[in-house]
Amino acid sequence: MTALKEELKRQIIEVLHLEDITPADIQDEEALFGEGLGLDSIDALELIVLMDKTYGIKLADPKKGRDIFQSIDTMVAYISEHRTK
Amino acid sequence: MTDRGVAVTGMGIISAIGETVEENLWSLLAGKHGLSRIANFPTRLREQIWVGEQKKTNDELSASLGLSERNAFTRTALLGAYAARQALESANMQGAHDLRTGFISSTSVGGMDYTERYGPTYLTSPEWHRYIPSHPAGDSSHKIAEYLGIKGLVTTVSTACSSAANAIMMGARLIRSRRLDRVIVGGTDALSKFTINGFHTLMILADAPCQPFDMHRKGLNLGEGAAYLVLESEEIVQRQGKKVLAYLTGYGNANDAFHQTASSENGEGAFLAMQKALAVAQLTPQAIDYVNAHGTATPNNDLSEGRAMQRIFKSNVPPFSSTKPFTGHTLAAAGAIEAVYSILALQQDMVPPNLHFDTPMEELDMIPETAVRHRSLSHVLSNSFGFGGNCSSLIFSKA
Amino acid sequence: MKKSVFINGIGAVTTQGIWRSEFFSEARVLDHAINAAEQPAYKGFISPGAIRRMSRGIKMSMYAAQQALGESFVTIPDAIITGTGLGCSEDSDKFLRSLWENDEQFLTPTSFIQSTHNTVAAQIALQLSCKGYNVTHVNGASSFESALLDTLMLLQTGEEEHVLLGGVDEIAEQTYSFLQAGGYIKTGSVRETVKTSVSPGVNYAEGAHFFSMSAGRVASSYAEIIDVKLQNELEGSQMRSFLQDFLTTKDLHPEDIDAVILGYNGDENDDLFYDALWQELPLATPLYYKHLSGQYDSCSAFGLMVAAFVLKQQTVPSILYWNEKIPPNTTWKNILIYNQYKGKDHSLVVVRAC
Repeated sequence: MTALKEELKRQIIEVLHLEDITPADIQDEEALFGEGLGLDSIDALELIVLMDKTYGIKLADPKKGRDIFQSIDTMVAYISEHRTK
Repeated sequence: MTDRGVAVTGMGIISAIGETVEENLWSLLAGKHGLSRIANFPTRLREQIWVGEQKKTNDELSASLGLSERNAFTRTALLGAYAARQALESANMQGAHDLRTGFISSTSVGGMDYTERYGPTYLTSPEWHRYIPSHPAGDSSHKIAEYLGIKGLVTTVSTACSSAANAIMMGARLIRSRRLDRVIVGGTDALSKFTINGFHTLMILADAPCQPFDMHRKGLNLGEGAAYLVLESEEIVQRQGKKVLAYLTGYGNANDAFHQTASSENGEGAFLAMQKALAVAQLTPQAIDYVNAHGTATPNNDLSEGRAMQRIFKSNVPPFSSTKPFTGHTLAAAGAIEAVYSILALQQDMVPPNLHFDTPMEELDMIPETAVRHRSLSHVLSNSFGFGGNCSSLIFSKA
Repeated sequence: MKKSVFINGIGAVTTQGIWRSEFFSEARVLDHAINAAEQPAYKGFISPGAIRRMSRGIKMSMYAAQQALGESFVTIPDAIITGTGLGCSEDSDKFLRSLWENDEQFLTPTSFIQSTHNTVAAQIALQLSCKGYNVTHVNGASSFESALLDTLMLLQTGEEEHVLLGGVDEIAEQTYSFLQAGGYIKTGSVRETVKTSVSPGVNYAEGAHFFSMSAGRVASSYAEIIDVKLQNELEGSQMRSFLQDFLTTKDLHPEDIDAVILGYNGDENDDLFYDALWQELPLATPLYYKHLSGQYDSCSAFGLMVAAFVLKQQTVPSILYWNEKIPPNTTWKNILIYNQYKGKDHSLVVVRAC
């Protein structure tokens, strides 16, 4: 679980070009959107591709992303349960 | 400034619902849409999307234009030349080389369709190198101007999906400022893998024919095509005794300055564009008899545009429809294609239908026209909005 | 009554660094096939949240736009008008490459969103909350002049007071490699300047140039723009009438032009056009700039910076003289800028001291 969290944080930093941010700066339970990390709707679309490409999880409805992408904790929980690769 | 605006004396169009103005009119009246599965090039998305594709192949378009086999016209230039030629013919523009004539085109995809096809060979083989200079957006305008024999002020606008509306506006301003006597204005865009995949990544492509202003709308269908208008000054029209199809009386351009791709909730940019166009035309909102909406059928656009229309028209929203279920969203060409439809509406005293509408949006208190409606029209407003918050509105008035 | 139009502020990010008072005195002649603009530090200038997605062209433009507005003390212009030949090539390249590499799978939206030609003008509008007129012109070598024409129309008619006008093009590896393969850009190993050029193609570069344009003269004004003329195609033999027609409409005679800024770029066929125009203006001092800017579609905006600088300072930095023999000191009143590329997209601009 911890390894997956670390991996996911590194991937998020990379695909979203979050310069000056390290995995340690992202708290597991912190909000990724709005307050917290401050991601926006374009980032949400990038995360949908990340889920597909890395974990084989297809999200057809962008609205579904809202619940899944609340925090690192919620993402990891969803990935663990639904990953196909 | 002349009181009657700038005269439209010719128009030409090619879209998924026809290769001439008459064919397009017939399809609108018959409610016959042009959406299909994509056929002109292979793509992984074929079974997932519907497109407003013009079925003439590039070879057929080239042959029809009488181009040599080794031409370097991209599909964008081919569609553009095809529509612009009609516009010139319809304006009876042969001769008259004494007039200062310009050409303002617009495109978003430019020569991307050939770059995506042959780009991978450019570094290893010279075979397709003639298409390298065809890539930039401006090249399609050069090719079309050369084909039409226009020498003078030739340029290109690119403001995403509002491009052609801005090209039309630029042309009108050139005439009103007396820099030109006559100008051919419009836009052209071909379908490409680049754009369909781009819109796919935004998750705003519908997997069914689009339903503008419907509560359950699922996104847009892309399309391709081109359309051009011939604009002339009132002086030239009177001197030559020309037939006027309609007058371009109003235009407005504003920026939503809200988000890179999404429109603001209250449709501020759209509101400002419509407000400016009304001011230029010196018309009150009540004078507008029909609105040809941008109406892409994305959840975001239709809500934002609808709110902006309610802000402009209050409780008296005039009959409105989006014609995108007929043609798909033709991107840079949309403003010109819909300008042709707006002029047809004025000429025929007809409101084209908003196909596939079923359930009203609960956020709005307005319902589009779902069947062809015949009524006397004096002024038509046409909206075009694009990524980057670029919002433009045009007003056409009966000749 | 037409209003006069003034350049009240300039900003730029170019191969010669950012716009500053020593811009021309510190300039060096380019001799590489592809020359990158010297990038300023953007940190603290553009917010980290916004900068992470920006390509070079957007960053350079944001910087140059702020500089130009700052010089003229305009906070929010009434309109934003840009010209770009190739638009946001870096993001176009990126999206196209991933389309090819992944066979239409796992594509992400950011590069597509930013690939549209209007991205720069839109991002500046977003940053400034500028809801006014916003248009991007994309027409090869006359992209910038088309934007200038649009600007003049807005200001001369009194429709708007302040317009932010920009010209920008960025280096994108793949696009430039295609232009190199096609023979438009010199090959990578060639070291030639505009003057020493013998091999085919020209030295390419990138840059963002912004001008704060207003319908009123202020203390910081550089110069007045009299007018611009565009012409898509021109035979060498039509040069005289092309020039004469334009000057006549402005009540000018060839002898009124003190300096002519020519777009010599080292390509034999291109340079013939500049020779032809210069011949029509025997009394004007010829200046050039593409040895400093490099060629790119909107590089003629660099030429406008040259005109603005000379007219404001009333001095010509020696590096700008096309002729080795420097003429005696003179006053500079009217400057004509002529540009074209490959015999297409000809433009004339008259700029006057104010």
